[in-house]
Amino acid sequence: MRLVFEKRNSVSRKAIILVPFVSFLVSLFLTGILLVIFKANPFVTYASMFVGAFGSWVNFTETLVKAIPLMLTGLGVGLAFRLRFWNIGAEGQLVFGGVAATWVALFWAPFLPAWMVLPTALIFGVLAGALWAGIPAVLKVGLNVDETLVSLMLNYVAILLAQGLYYGAWIDPDGMGFPGTKMFPKAAWLPRFSGRAHVGLFVAIILGLVMWVVLNRTKWGFEVKMVGENPRASKVMGVKIGKTILTAILISGAFSGLAGAFEVTAISHRLQQGLAVGYGFTAIIVAWMAQLNPIASLFVAVLMAGLLVGGDQVQMMMGLPAAMGVVLQGMILFPMLAGSLFTDYKLKIITKSSQAVSV
Amino acid sequence: MIALFTSILAITLRAGTSLIYATIGEIYTERSGVLNLGLEGMMLMGAVTAFATVYYTGSLVLALLVAMLSGIILSSIHAFLSITMKANQVVSGLSITLFGTGLASFLGQRLGPESNGHYLIGLAGNKFTPFAIPGLSKIPVIGAIFSQDLLTYIVYLIIPAAWFIMYKTKSGLNLRAVGESPQTADAMGINVFKTRYIYTIIGGTLVALGGAHLSLSYAPGWTDNITGGRGWIVIALVIFSMWNPARAIWGALLFGGINAIQFRLQATGTNISAPLLNMLPYIVTIVVLVLMTWVETLNKKVGAPAALSTPYMRGEK
Repeated sequence: MRLVFEKRNSVSRKAIILVPFVSFLVSLFLTGILLVIFKANPFVTYASMFVGAFGSWVNFTETLVKAIPLMLTGLGVGLAFRLRFWNIGAEGQLVFGGVAATWVALFWAPFLPAWMVLPTALIFGVLAGALWAGIPAVLKVGLNVDETLVSLMLNYVAILLAQGLYYGAWIDPDGMGFPGTKMFPKAAWLPRFSGRAHVGLFVAIILGLVMWVVLNRTKWGFEVKMVGENPRASKVMGVKIGKTILTAILISGAFSGLAGAFEVTAISHRLQQGLAVGYGFTAIIVAWMAQLNPIASLFVAVLMAGLLVGGDQVQMMMGLPAAMGVVLQGMILFPMLAGSLFTDYKLKIITKSSQAVSV
Repeated sequence: MIALFTSILAITLRAGTSLIYATIGEIYTERSGVLNLGLEGMMLMGAVTAFATVYYTGSLVLALLVAMLSGIILSSIHAFLSITMKANQVVSGLSITLFGTGLASFLGQRLGPESNGHYLIGLAGNKFTPFAIPGLSKIPVIGAIFSQDLLTYIVYLIIPAAWFIMYKTKSGLNLRAVGESPQTADAMGINVFKTRYIYTIIGGTLVALGGAHLSLSYAPGWTDNITGGRGWIVIALVIFSMWNPARAIWGALLFGGINAIQFRLQATGTNISAPLLNMLPYIVTIVVLVLMTWVETLNKKVGAPAALSTPYMRGEK
């Protein structure tokens, strides 16, 4: 008797739904062991995290504040991953988007009618994000340069650029040396609806729904799926692979750029330290745990934001490092990846009489 | 002038040491057909565990062993996911990096003494210090090679050894066979899974040592993100070295050199703005990558293992 894995003809629906849930539980369990080692009660810690993130409306709005950039970058990264284009530069695309929006808000505002300042800032954020993602996309399509490293390296370049600006050229002259730009004029503020939660939430949700429709109901969405799963076959069918990749990655970067523009126009109202806090990396977890489904990404983003807010909470309440939330997030992908074997393959037990039993 | 060159060479080698450990480690892993993008996370874990160990025990040897153990554990996870569970290697590597970065940061805020609020940041511990080899260290400029710390001297031995094992021994031949064509290797009686496991774990061990060099010698102590992207630069250096351990030295010298020049320029105070100077390694990495890819399209092949990042499944083509 021996065990053999056999590729499934279609992915298992049951496994698709089950695997993320089980993975989250496994991550809670493993992190719980870590907590026990450090003499903290995992149940108390998790309860405190949950209350911190979802326990009251005020706390929940803070979770939403973090969920918005995670939704947008998660959608962007997920689109790229569908094409097996490993865009891990969402962090840099977000930062560059924030820098571009800041540029408009600070220097164009006097020359624009007030109602145009905010839309222009957001559009420039979107374009900047697309441009930053366009660099690895063009290098990949044109020269077949590895996109993973290029997109990752550009994170550092964007972050250092932003630092150079708010420590240097754009520093607020009245800020007493505090690293940050002047505050934006009111015309460049994105409205908030409760606490710090802003209307970017509705934009992100609508974009997620639109992305689902586009990916599942249009010809372009079908082409994206084809190119990602079987580039050779899609070439035979006449899909322009380079063009599909380029378009999709520009859109992918645009999502992250918008996230950055929202962060500066709705949250900080200036460019300062704290724009690059790792949303672009958590986006990878969001996209993968949602199995690249845009609607699922919206929900996973809220969960991941909850872990971040909950992590901050246990730091304040219990003196545990806030990085706990990040450890929990990082741990989720391991069981997810192990579980993906069961979505793509089925286990067969072959007995001596060579009768196969599928599990 | 000679003093300037000597000091630049000395800093270059010091800065290049961690890169060489990690580059050789990843070359071995990739040669077996496994791509491990978890380097940044493994180096951070190597650095934090090594420093915590040396802080409490004072033993540098023990610190290296603990760092190696952290590398073994993390690379075993990657090996299990990508070899046994046939998971996507890019995503598996990324999750090692995300997890390692998070855990290292957590430990850095938790493993410290109570007097420091459990933080490791800002503490000092035992460290590797350079010592001169009598006679050789007196040679102008070149002498810099012979006034380094122990970990750098070990690098001088590891490079030829890694080259010899890969190209002149049977296990090296088997390793390359597994990375080039696992089907053929399997037919020849080589255990593909075992080979991949072994070299993924050996690779992870060396990568973690590279991380340990940062916290025990190059920048003694612990700070969040002490690696500053070195784990990613190493992945580019593997391509730059065309998967040949002997050539790992050139990339490390290039990036160690950039570090040394940044050091000098910042110390002397230049007109070049600091952020621009700090961007240099990352921009150079992109340029190197583009050039190497361009060379590859001209020459068809620069040595990437043909089966890199493809899981092996018996009886499946």
